[in-house]
Amino acid sequence: MAEERRRKMIGLQPEGEIDWSEYKGIMVVVEQRAGQAKPVSWQLLGEAKRLAQKLDAPLMALVMGEGVRDIADEAIGYGADIVYLSDAPELRDYRTRPYSRVCLKVIRTYKPEIVLMGATYTGRDLAGAIATHLPTGLTADSTQLDVDDERLLLASRPAFSEKMLATILCKQFKPQMATVRAGVFQALPFDSARAGEVVEVSEDMREGDIVTKVLEFIQDTNRVNLEDAQVIVAGGRGVGGPDGFKLLEELARTLGGTVAASRAATDLGWMDHAYQVGQTGTTVRPKLYFAIGISGAVQHVVGMQNSDYIIAVNKDANAPIFQIANYGIVGDLFEVVPLLTRAFQERLTPVVTR
Amino acid sequence: MRQGVPAVVNYFDMHGVEEALRIKDKYGARVTVLTMGPPSADKALKQCISMGADEGVLVSDRAFAGADTLATSYVLATAIYKAADTWGPVDIIFAGKQTSDGDTGQVGPGIACRIDYEQLTYVQKVEDLNPETGELTVHRHLEDGVERVKTKTPVLITVVTELNVPRRASLPGMLRAARYTPIVWTTNDFEDLDRSKIGLHGSPTIVSKTWVPEPKHVETEMLSGSAQEMSSAVIDRLFASELKQSLNWA
Ligand SMILES: Cc1cc2nc3c(=O)[nH]c(=O)nc-3n(C[C@H](O)[C@H](O)[C@H](O)COP(=O)(O)OP(=O)(O)OC[C@H]3O[C@@H](n4cnc5c(N)ncnc54)[C@H](O)[C@@H]3O)c2cc1C
Repeated sequence: MAEERRRKMIGLQPEGEIDWSEYKGIMVVVEQRAGQAKPVSWQLLGEAKRLAQKLDAPLMALVMGEGVRDIADEAIGYGADIVYLSDAPELRDYRTRPYSRVCLKVIRTYKPEIVLMGATYTGRDLAGAIATHLPTGLTADSTQLDVDDERLLLASRPAFSEKMLATILCKQFKPQMATVRAGVFQALPFDSARAGEVVEVSEDMREGDIVTKVLEFIQDTNRVNLEDAQVIVAGGRGVGGPDGFKLLEELARTLGGTVAASRAATDLGWMDHAYQVGQTGTTVRPKLYFAIGISGAVQHVVGMQNSDYIIAVNKDANAPIFQIANYGIVGDLFEVVPLLTRAFQERLTPVVTR
Repeated sequence: MRQGVPAVVNYFDMHGVEEALRIKDKYGARVTVLTMGPPSADKALKQCISMGADEGVLVSDRAFAGADTLATSYVLATAIYKAADTWGPVDIIFAGKQTSDGDTGQVGPGIACRIDYEQLTYVQKVEDLNPETGELTVHRHLEDGVERVKTKTPVLITVVTELNVPRRASLPGMLRAARYTPIVWTTNDFEDLDRSKIGLHGSPTIVSKTWVPEPKHVETEMLSGSAQEMSSAVIDRLFASELKQSLNWA
């Protein structure tokens, strides 16, 4: 056994020149749980559509799971031209081995030149395994994507104390792989009339051969979900402590939104790390973002600058946050936030006529 | 080593080391800490020794510099095989984050894949381990909840900080660490290492450029007047925008 194991080394790069010309098109691996696709998958299809048009190549999606036919159709509505669908009981829960097997088979059969996945827990788990198996280069946690004239994928990600972006290429192998942060790109509007093809892919698997078993999934309903929030009220060091965050919570509640925080506020323990927006936290893209008592450090800004509307409240008129805000209020947040809350309440609650 | 007892190799992460030591305390195991990095990384290895690890190995060579995930996982997989040859079968590998810039937790899965181990990422709790059968149950920390998963050794586990609180060094541990010199493995120590697959040269990904992103250009409107006036002005503008419709502000 030990002997056998010692000799096994998966993912050794082939020697010599390989002809990659058959590899064409972009494939997005769609992530789902219990028949529900993750928003990042549709965001990726949205961005990949742009790249596919630039390359004049098809946009493919790979859907794996059990009872996920609907997701395959949904993928077409979000922009996929061809969906590879692998629907099998062994794929009910995500597990590295069965998912890798299907994924590798599809990649080797249909030869996409680019493969993209969400930089989620599952996406990273799978991408790391796939890229090693193939083998190919993987750019993790990308926040910008493009393609050049030589059909190279330009995947950019934060580097060097996070103030810079590095563009990473893989010239040597195909497909070129990247995982991409949730919330960075925008999904195309869903179009049920869009035409596309669903191709079923089967892989001979036996449950008895799969060592790892998922016993249960315990959903955490309290888990913060900043990525999907439409309205975010974020506070920073200026908020002064947990009590200050109560003011922000009231504004968030009035707007049906959620609170969030800068790293200064999470490091100080005023808010849980799960609420942190930015480079080392979550990338968000709400319709409305309030930055309250946040100076606007680059590591914070990269995580929220794609919000549709940004309102900054800061007592320092020179705070950099004002450079990226649509509207700026120079003032004391302890005065301004309750005023905002009250004014919203007045306008949003139906007026009762006497 | 007792039969059926896991040996544990780790590439440097204190939470992984702690969990390995707990297994050692409970069932008996040899804990080897393995890290790839510059010579200065031997400090961290000595710390692991002071906590109770049996060996500390530093995989270090200029030739490894500039490695991406693929090249790194190749070297570490090779080192794990060498550790197995040296100290016996490796049943559980705890992998943490690598210290180097740009690691995003992809090296762990890369190693598991290369040496064909089961792979469990983002583990926040080891619920149960049976040293006789090698079966273990863990909790994986995911975005929207926790997953309980059962598997069997050999397995590679990547950990999250919720897993445990690393212990402090014991006095005998500190004494041992003071005298201990970590083992260093360089390219010359790996017989079958293919030198074309390591370091910068063996890395398929290349950095084509780095730059400081241009800040997004926005027309900022700074409001004026009293706090009351500014607040109402902002709200007027928001209600006049498409947000009124998209956020259902009827
Ligand atoms: C590698 C790395 C990664 C990082 N990742 C992140 C990240 O993911 N997210 C993140 O947010 N940061 C991150 N940072 C930290 C970042 O550089 C900043 O330190 C941090 O964002 C500052 O938080 P802040 O704006 O809340 O605090 P400060 O910069 O201290 O700003 C506080 C602001 O509050 C204002 N203020 C004070 N009192 C009031 C008041 N009463 N009314 C109104 N305004 C008031 C002040 O004028 C000031 O502008 C990272 C840093 C590094 C090096």
